[in-house]
Amino acid sequence: MENNTDARLLNPNKAGQIQPKGRTTISRREALQRGLFGAAGLLMADRLAPQTHAAAPKAKAKSVIQIWMWGGPSHIDTFDPKPDAGNAYCGQLNKPIKANVDGVMISELLPLLAKQADKYSIIRSMTHGVRAHETASYMVQTGRKSGDGQVYPSVGAVVSLFKGYDAGYKGLIPPYIVLTTPQGRFSEAGFLDSRYKPFATGGDPRRTPFVVEGVVARGITEKRQKDRREFLHKLNTLGQTIKGNPQLAELQKCEKQAYDLILGDAGKVFDVSGEKKELREQYGLTTFGQSCLVARRLVERGVPYITINSKGWDTHKQHFQAMRRKLPELDKGLSTLLQDLSDRGLLDSTIVWLSGEFGRTPKVLWEAPWNGGRGHWGKVFSAVVAGGGFKGGHVVGASDAKAETVKDRPVYPVDLIGSMYELLGIDTEGKLPHPQGLNVRVTPATSDDVKAGGRLKEIM
Amino acid sequence: MRIKAILLFLFAVFFLSLVSSGDQGKPKLASVSIKPAVKESAPSQTPPSSLPDVKAKNKIDEFVLAKLKELGIPPARLCSDHEFIRRVYLDVIGTLPTAQEARTFILDKGPNKHSTLIEHLLERQEFADYWAMKWSDLLRVKAEFPINLWPNAVQAYHRWIRTSIKKNLPYDRFVRELLVSSGSNFRVPQVNFYRAIQSKEPEAIAQAVALTFMGVRAENWEKDRLSDMAAFFSQIVYKSTGEWKEEIVCFDPNKAGALSTESVALSTIFPDGTRARLSHGQDPREVFADWLIAPKNPWFTRNIVNRIWSWLLGRGIIHEPDDIRPDNPPSNPELLAFLEKELIGAHYDLKHLYRLILNSNTYRLSSVPRTNKPAGQANFSYYPLRQLEAEVLIDALNQITGTTEKYSSAIPEPFTFIPAEQRSIALADGSITSSFLEMFGRSSRDTGLESERNNSPTSAQRLHLLNSSHIQRKIEQGRKLRNLMQAKGNMRQLATRFYLTILSRFPTNEEVKIVEAYSKSNRGNKRIVAVDLAWALINSAEFLYRH
Repeated sequence: MENNTDARLLNPNKAGQIQPKGRTTISRREALQRGLFGAAGLLMADRLAPQTHAAAPKAKAKSVIQIWMWGGPSHIDTFDPKPDAGNAYCGQLNKPIKANVDGVMISELLPLLAKQADKYSIIRSMTHGVRAHETASYMVQTGRKSGDGQVYPSVGAVVSLFKGYDAGYKGLIPPYIVLTTPQGRFSEAGFLDSRYKPFATGGDPRRTPFVVEGVVARGITEKRQKDRREFLHKLNTLGQTIKGNPQLAELQKCEKQAYDLILGDAGKVFDVSGEKKELREQYGLTTFGQSCLVARRLVERGVPYITINSKGWDTHKQHFQAMRRKLPELDKGLSTLLQDLSDRGLLDSTIVWLSGEFGRTPKVLWEAPWNGGRGHWGKVFSAVVAGGGFKGGHVVGASDAKAETVKDRPVYPVDLIGSMYELLGIDTEGKLPHPQGLNVRVTPATSDDVKAGGRLKEIM
Repeated sequence: MRIKAILLFLFAVFFLSLVSSGDQGKPKLASVSIKPAVKESAPSQTPPSSLPDVKAKNKIDEFVLAKLKELGIPPARLCSDHEFIRRVYLDVIGTLPTAQEARTFILDKGPNKHSTLIEHLLERQEFADYWAMKWSDLLRVKAEFPINLWPNAVQAYHRWIRTSIKKNLPYDRFVRELLVSSGSNFRVPQVNFYRAIQSKEPEAIAQAVALTFMGVRAENWEKDRLSDMAAFFSQIVYKSTGEWKEEIVCFDPNKAGALSTESVALSTIFPDGTRARLSHGQDPREVFADWLIAPKNPWFTRNIVNRIWSWLLGRGIIHEPDDIRPDNPPSNPELLAFLEKELIGAHYDLKHLYRLILNSNTYRLSSVPRTNKPAGQANFSYYPLRQLEAEVLIDALNQITGTTEKYSSAIPEPFTFIPAEQRSIALADGSITSSFLEMFGRSSRDTGLESERNNSPTSAQRLHLLNSSHIQRKIEQGRKLRNLMQAKGNMRQLATRFYLTILSRFPTNEEVKIVEAYSKSNRGNKRIVAVDLAWALINSAEFLYRH
């Protein structure tokens, strides 16, 4: 299905056109292919394309599945239980269970994941200290502090830059997919060109068909698709009058790419109806579970970055009810995903990354109006990583006895992000192309302003 | 019930008039871009080559035509009336003309119909909505990250901007108020100018002021020049109050900084190199504002006339419009100087400038260039194609189909209750959005750079318009479009209704024949033909682009 060499879906601003952000697009790769590597070609490619240092690490991982737990999941009720902290902290969830790795306990609501603990590592000392959703999301997804006048790209956009079309990815499916709704500003391209933005599928993979916005239309036969396309072309009066207009040529190119996806087979990756019934059920017949299944299918097709946007973790009220509803969904979906990737030999080349923007107050807010809820908590929280070169079965860092502060080995978002880049073979000291030509590194250098605890060498 | 009946009646009257006039009125298609419709639209169109050359109608044209003559570039022909009405509606009020408006204008034989229409549009409500939207991009009107104005202040700030535009507040006063006001961000909305900047450091403020009101990227200046300008903004303080997210912005003479009363020499240097002297206790922002808005200031007037030109004609005389610097000269200096003189003479009445530009023949040039010389574009030899902005596009789709949109903000905002009929050009807050707006390149309002709005096409946009359930639903279920589909009449009448509604013009005979043939191949299934015709017109370049 990926035999179309110019399959640059969702890739605006192609060569030659002046872009709003002031760059013409010619990727380093294109420059190479065109043999432009004379002095001028080199200069151009250096200015316009991401730099690949000789120091770029060798890639172990090819794809990333990011499970984004929007709202901030409770760390104490998931991967960092503290049964000894008492009712004031644990509430009803005070009987954590043993995982299949010595000495590791996780929530009683995650029994399936407990049996898979050898496949993933838990980071219990994530920290950034931010308690507001937007700034914390930004930090966790970019590794940057907000407010210096720049809006940096998220991990997904950076991966799409270094692993997407510019790096030779040829799929018709865009290189950065979000299931199913966009996360908002912070999943996005920042100052990078908008072609690095994610493609959000919309629809619901739990339903058949999974109506991926734009790709799968209900009630329109292929014949009618073709008929109306011809009809559209016949009625394209302006297009026929103005010949050779670069913008119209661009529009036409985008249309061709769109039709490759509408009428071609590439879109079938979203159709899970061919998967075994038992497997679908193992994933869980929920939006989250089926999103995990679709994510695996996308990884199989070589899509470099997939975000599963899981909402509903901002549990100020009705917290324990929400945990009892949501954690079993997470348990089924994620444990099956890990097993399935492993069974297919894909886990070694696929990073699975689970995190929210922060944790939640370890102390239960029993008072009104929360009545047993948990607030925002940025001082310490947990993240889970698996595959793609990350070792399983480890715990990195620790929080204190009440899960309130970092006790051991602080891990800042930039440490985790930098580690993933390293595994993906992305040079963290390389440059990001900036519209005003500023000199911006892939990850910031450590300084007074940029705290870091170091890459996750212990599990890489 | 009664209202419904009246509406139905009006509807019937409207269509009867439409149908009958379609027969006798014989719409004239004096277009250069549409092939003549041989039988119906007599007198048939003159072939473009025999059309007279464009003549200067006002001073603007003299400057533009002189420059084109010098370069040996023939200007495009004048656009047709149907092109003009669509263009001027979209450019001036960010809104499509209705079928009725388009029809009336096209059939109007009055000699002054263009200038009458321009006057009418400058007074429409949507004029204020649309230009408040543009200004909100530049002034970064957004509740959340990374600007963090917060919802209440955003609403107050946007209302002030919109009201100023509606009242046609002279531009120099508009800017002065933004620069020198003090008080609560809720009660004195202008002070939000100083809050809508990612950093509150004096240099960041100076950069924002330079970008917005001087069209200059001060980060490229040598350091001293920027820090001298920053001194004017070094005495600003921000104080919170007991009320949630209320903030007082004011001048504090005692704030330690480059200009505190403690310093011996109370002076700094303006960006043009002249020395500014300040007296103790004087707000340095006022001194700066007075320097800035003086007619002889080398940036102030130039910036705004160049921006307005660029907003209306798709390209600045200095391009990019927010990158004015000595090594980026204007393509037509005389034209720029003339516009500056005009605005100063009109005491910064921006509508005077709009009028001047919109009434020129330069603005009325067709979008079909007569030569492909690259200098043609920079010298305004034709009207450039531009994709509709995200907000304008979705509003147009809603208007055509009779549907509405849902907008939301990532954070629970007290102001996210939005009435169903809300136009998106009138949304106050950059944080209140929809996936459509994001996909079609709405400004992120992070930096105030014009390039934050991205109007270039993407495959994702194409996929969405061609095949998404969102658009499909609008076409198939939209109340207004359904009425148009169900109205009585043959294919020609159906096509006429759709063309007027969607493309603001009558169809050509050729086009009617294509529709009739499509109907035949679908065995006369009127619904399929109607849905697919609406779909095709919405997906045509003619719909998606200003032209």
